[in-house]
Amino acid sequence: MADSTKTIEMEVLRYRPEQDKEPFYQTYSVPFTDDWSVLQGLQYIKDDLDSTLSFRWSCRMAICGSCGMMIDGKPKLGCRTFLRHYYPNKVRVGPLEHFPIERDLVVVVEDFIKKLEGIKPYIIPKQARTLEQGENLQTPAQLEKFRQFSTCINCMLCYAACPQYGLNPDFTGPGILALMHRYNADSRDGGRAQRMELGHAEEGFWGCTAVTYCSEVCPKDVDPANAINQNKMGSAIDYFVRFVAPRGAGK
Amino acid sequence: MKRSNAPLVWSLFGAGGMLAALVGPALVFVTGIAVPAGILMSQDLMRYQRMAGFAHNWLGKIIILAVIVLFLWHAALRIFHMLHDFGIHAGAGAKLVCFGLPLLCTIAAIYWVLMI
Amino acid sequence: MSAQTDKRRPYVRPMDSWWKRDPFFVRYMIMEATSVLVALYAVILLVGLLRLSQGEAAYKGWLEALKSTPSIVLHVVILVVFLYHLWSWFKVMPKTMPMIFVDGKKLPAETITYTGVTVAVVVNVIVLIILV
Repeated sequence: MADSTKTIEMEVLRYRPEQDKEPFYQTYSVPFTDDWSVLQGLQYIKDDLDSTLSFRWSCRMAICGSCGMMIDGKPKLGCRTFLRHYYPNKVRVGPLEHFPIERDLVVVVEDFIKKLEGIKPYIIPKQARTLEQGENLQTPAQLEKFRQFSTCINCMLCYAACPQYGLNPDFTGPGILALMHRYNADSRDGGRAQRMELGHAEEGFWGCTAVTYCSEVCPKDVDPANAINQNKMGSAIDYFVRFVAPRGAGK
Repeated sequence: MKRSNAPLVWSLFGAGGMLAALVGPALVFVTGIAVPAGILMSQDLMRYQRMAGFAHNWLGKIIILAVIVLFLWHAALRIFHMLHDFGIHAGAGAKLVCFGLPLLCTIAAIYWVLMI
Repeated sequence: MSAQTDKRRPYVRPMDSWWKRDPFFVRYMIMEATSVLVALYAVILLVGLLRLSQGEAAYKGWLEALKSTPSIVLHVVILVVFLYHLWSWFKVMPKTMPMIFVDGKKLPAETITYTGVTVAVVVNVIVLIILV
């Protein structure tokens, strides 16, 4: 019990559409010990100081992707960011950038969900398989081609980081394009051609200008910037040779 | 969904960026500092007879065009993106300026280099 | 249920000066802005090409302008910008390439960057040597 209790000032964005004209910051004094995450600070506020504060959270261990928020202006997971890092200064907590604010730290994610469904995020088999054929076999090398991109937890920190998504909400965005690449790069999948209609568009790979902040903030090292930009070369080659040698379904 | 035409300028942007990295500093140093000021290199290096001779040669023409044209198109895409990033959404007007000017310069460069 | 949804009033935040929010964005804007001086240098060369095509007298005028102090100072600035372009180009390059595996291990981004920068420096030196 050697941990001493200190107090940190948390400035949290508030926005209740039924009573607030626009968002504002409210300051709370939060006693904490060194092991406390920002999420725990918010839970203390809600439990003990102000039950009207709204925020998303679930697993507390950086795997569910629910607690994405702006902490001192940077997109982070609340459960994986610690109050001791900011003490004795104040820490400013806000909702994820580039999304409309629903209420307090809760953002509207309907656009993200819709786009996620739109990229067919599942294995589309090359040919129909029967049970008798057994499971798909995959070498470790084949797995490595997409494994990194499959670790995305849909936390949307990359969307808060991506200025192109902020400037143009039609852009599909880093996380979902990375997931699209995850399926295209999976040797079990045969649906590349179907997904590429989006990939080849401005809303797809070509909306990205390689700011690469998305990869910088990703808590799972998915590297969406790489997922998107490594496809530009292929998309460009396909653009030029498509009438001569169309890369149709399958490749 | 409409296919993007970005690959057209993006390819030129990529080629121009690579060329600028590989030879840009050397060229800037030679043509803009060393030769004019006579530092490390003779001012003679870029005298008329030498440069005209270089440009008479087909390889010389290609090198001159590659440097000027690719550098311009590299800048074209980045400047177009910058306008958008700065919140200037001039749409067709931005495209006209950002891609029309390099196109004019490309045509002019080809015309002038063929005159030598 | 519709009474609840009627109360929704999502607040959209403006994107003004977004790039000032974080040093990462500022560095990105600087990298993009290098293109302006790349274009300027290309235009200087383009004018040189025009003068070359117009004959010795016209070309000499262009050469004389290059010898002026403002021109040399400008080219020093352009040189610095080109060097920053070289560095930032290969810093971003690993992101544009598919993963490369050597002996089962992924090639680190730093390796690609340092290799690229080294090759570019060598090529620049070769160009200098050829021209001297």
